[in-house]
Amino acid sequence: MNRHAIERILRKVPRENAFYFFTSIGNYTGENAASLEEFMEKLKTVNPKSLEFHLYRGDFERWIAETLEDKELAERIGRLRSSSLLGERIREELYSIVSRRHRELKSSSFSQN
Amino acid sequence: MDKGRLPMKIKDNGLVLDELDLNILKALQENAKQTYTEIGRRFGIAHSTVYDRIKKLEAHGIIKKYTTIIDMEKMGLRNVTAIMTIFTNPKQSENVAERISEFSQVVEVYTSLSEELLIIAKVVADDQESLHSFIANQVAPLPGVLRIRTSIVTKKFKEENLPLPKNIVSEVKFISSHLNNRSENK
Repeated sequence: MNRHAIERILRKVPRENAFYFFTSIGNYTGENAASLEEFMEKLKTVNPKSLEFHLYRGDFERWIAETLEDKELAERIGRLRSSSLLGERIREELYSIVSRRHRELKSSSFSQN
Repeated sequence: MDKGRLPMKIKDNGLVLDELDLNILKALQENAKQTYTEIGRRFGIAHSTVYDRIKKLEAHGIIKKYTTIIDMEKMGLRNVTAIMTIFTNPKQSENVAERISEFSQVVEVYTSLSEELLIIAKVVADDQESLHSFIANQVAPLPGVLRIRTSIVTKKFKEENLPLPKNIVSEVKFISSHLNNRSENK
């Protein structure tokens, strides 16, 4: 992946394109993330109901693929969807997947500088 | 001047309403499709008087509009109705309420002072997914929105406009006599 593509994935998106965490239809937690790094940090603290809600609707994959434009990470999260995990187990797995990808992107970016 | 048709000032905006105006308003609330003749016959007045009174009430914005209540279920349109409670930053609450009012999906908007400053809005969407999409993409990103609670309506038991109170004539008369006393004392 070239440097430009990595920077694009790691960029901060405008407020209207951020990821907004809900616990169910129409119930917004007040938490949102406007970059992959912010998303990773929110995964540590957001209500586990929100993680279940978005994972099984495919919202995380969609936002990461369409807004951050990281198809690779979206596919990895998509595989987690078939695991039928709940609550805190989703948090652990999701955080692990996202933080690993974040490290990969950061180190690739660093090596290309 | 006829008894019971004393000119009465409802608000200090120069508009004078009398008992006949109030009766016409009540009649229109019951059925806005009544003709001027039908209303006139009911109150023993000419249809031209009814016309004049209604035009005055429209011109002053007392009658805001005539509308139709459609039974969406009978039309086979199963819309989702939801009550959205938006917790806001107090400094941006007015702005949030104004922005939300601009969306066609939002049919009613109120602000409320409880423990926190709230905006309560009634939203109508095609289905639950479009309701969620609207709230997630249009409402949550508005500056000043802190969090949102949404309750989806499962059954509607009543939907009507507030009727004019039964004692409105005596209330208006009281205001009128109060104003008359004030002007006499000057």
